[in-house]
Amino acid sequence: MAEVLVTTDWVAQHSKDANVRIVEVDVDTTAYDQGHVPGAAGWNWTTELCDTLVRDIIPIKKLEELLGKTGIDNSTTIVLYGDNNNWFAAWAFWQLKIYGHADVRIMNGGRKKWLAESRELSTDKPSFSAKTYKATGPDTSLRAFLPEVQQASAGKKAALVDVRSPAEFTGEILAPPGLPETCQRGGHIPGAKSIPWGKNCNDDGTFKSIDELKKLYADQGIRGDGPVIAYCRIGERSSITWFVLKHLLGFQNVKNYDGSWTEWGNLVGAPVEKP
Amino acid sequence: MKAEGYNRRRQVLGTWPIEVESYKLGDVFYCTINNVDPGARFARAEGPTREEAEAKALEKAERYLAQTRRFTAT
Repeated sequence: MAEVLVTTDWVAQHSKDANVRIVEVDVDTTAYDQGHVPGAAGWNWTTELCDTLVRDIIPIKKLEELLGKTGIDNSTTIVLYGDNNNWFAAWAFWQLKIYGHADVRIMNGGRKKWLAESRELSTDKPSFSAKTYKATGPDTSLRAFLPEVQQASAGKKAALVDVRSPAEFTGEILAPPGLPETCQRGGHIPGAKSIPWGKNCNDDGTFKSIDELKKLYADQGIRGDGPVIAYCRIGERSSITWFVLKHLLGFQNVKNYDGSWTEWGNLVGAPVEKP
Repeated sequence: MKAEGYNRRRQVLGTWPIEVESYKLGDVFYCTINNVDPGARFARAEGPTREEAEAKALEKAERYLAQTRRFTAT
């Protein structure tokens, strides 16, 4: 696997290395407090990895402050992991790449695998010596905004990958079962292909092999020879697919559309395709 | 501290397939419920025994799933 992935064994061996910072980012923001990898920091995606005033990713200054207070400088190796097969770990990874962090990795299998392997957990919240962090960017080549997605859909200028469940893709449901509905219309962006994010992963939360992943996307005509835009509902599940395409398969032109269905499915007059 | 008795199983709740994950940390049992497709955690609970944690989480899950509407083709 690529160097952007580390194993749970690697984390167990390197979590205390001076230049390594382990960070947990969960969907369930209480999970970190239950117990986490010893020495790991915890980031809250609802307050720390976004702009809390307008809908947007974390502003650059806020990111610099977050990294600095987590004891991270520009040369730190950041290893992210989290629940739900690393959904928000991938979301954090994507944002760190937007702001130019060089060495960021994901712990393959995430929190699920760490728990299942009965590895050591701690409830201690570590303190870090603050560091100075200088971000670059944002690198907009990694992020798609609405006008580009509209052009992609209308003019077939990029392959659109809808990573939501098949029932969300067809419009049978408006949100993942059990979660609040956050859109006015169901269906998908015209021309999008349905490749649910879960197909990237094994049951234990790890990513499938490179050969399996290549085949998964090649079977849908996505081979890395053209631009790809991934989307879901709010952009975190599509971060997983973006990570797979960009960093595991090495495709050059891959963007995450974090506006996703909560933007498109609420947009007055936007074309919707069903099923 | 280590997670003890980590367990995952799949079952159907109402008409929805779900995954029930439970484990013990310290003196507390934790249970989380995921929808199988797409795999999002949407209910969780804790308790002094696995049975209590699971029962509470399943009760929440049933309540939340009851609010999920299915739209047929028009």
